[in-house]
Amino acid sequence: MSLLPAVVALGDDALVLGQRLSEWCGKAPLLEEEMAMANTALDFLGRARLYYGYANTLGGRDEDGYTFHRDAREYTNLLLFELPGADFAAATARQFLVDAFDELHSAELANSADATLADIGAKVHKEATYHRCHSAAWMVRLGDGTDESRRRMQQALEDVWGYRQELFVNAPAEQPLVEQGILPDRAELRAAWQEAVATTLAEATLTVPAASWAVKGGRQGIHTEHLGVMLAELQHLSRSHPGAKW
Amino acid sequence: MPLFEVFVRSRRGLDHQHVGSLRADDAEMALQYAREIYTRRREGISIWVVRSADITASQEEDAPAFFEPAADKPYRDATYYELPKEVKNL
Repeated sequence: MSLLPAVVALGDDALVLGQRLSEWCGKAPLLEEEMAMANTALDFLGRARLYYGYANTLGGRDEDGYTFHRDAREYTNLLLFELPGADFAAATARQFLVDAFDELHSAELANSADATLADIGAKVHKEATYHRCHSAAWMVRLGDGTDESRRRMQQALEDVWGYRQELFVNAPAEQPLVEQGILPDRAELRAAWQEAVATTLAEATLTVPAASWAVKGGRQGIHTEHLGVMLAELQHLSRSHPGAKW
Repeated sequence: MPLFEVFVRSRRGLDHQHVGSLRADDAEMALQYAREIYTRRREGISIWVVRSADITASQEEDAPAFFEPAADKPYRDATYYELPKEVKNL
């Protein structure tokens, strides 16, 4: 019974970060990176469509219904994904933490007892492995770069660090699915994630933040103030001109 | 930021072909950008990148000395020779 909200939540994570990455179009530090970010954005939007498409077959809405016709309170993405990514360091730090997680999570999802989720996991795993490669290279480039790039990347890590905690929490609705082997156990991914992240940060001469603060609420629909602003832009056209076609 | 030339081998191709150029900090990033820009529509299964500055190229003003002497030496082409009757296939 609880598979539908769990699938939608995974779709929300992908959609929201896909939109955040899309916002870099026209603003990335160099043309080549702009292409890379837009490609990554499209990979995330592609994931959202797979999850929403599956949700639709489980009795949920269609993909436009999920994307354009829900308010922030109905979105169940983790807070990490909705952060604005105010500068390139912030966007890159968040992306790296997410990519490192997705690489592990998708590998487990590929073994899901649910055949559709297993297929999605296998597809996502290939993308995530590449994404992690790319974002890790940027972590090293900026961390082990100039004094300013190192300072700003370290600050970006400190700013985002408490948001990582939600990645490793199974929501109450997800717990039974974890026990049935349908969803990966997020808590079990933590150790491998910490090791992977620490390895890259060491190479980047960055310090693993010591801060113990943590935020939560995404899966319950309790969001930062940033999500509403983002959705206003994302949903404006569709809501102002219902049925509009390109 | 240095310029890199990008060479891609297509799925069925045997050789890498020049497809364009891009800018990147180093070869590793150039390879990633080449993947993003030149292979996102399944154009290839192997990529080479090389710094443009590392390529030694023939110069246009040298073209007469480099290439034109070959123009009046038709005996270098196989088609210059008549096929002997005894040879059925070549």
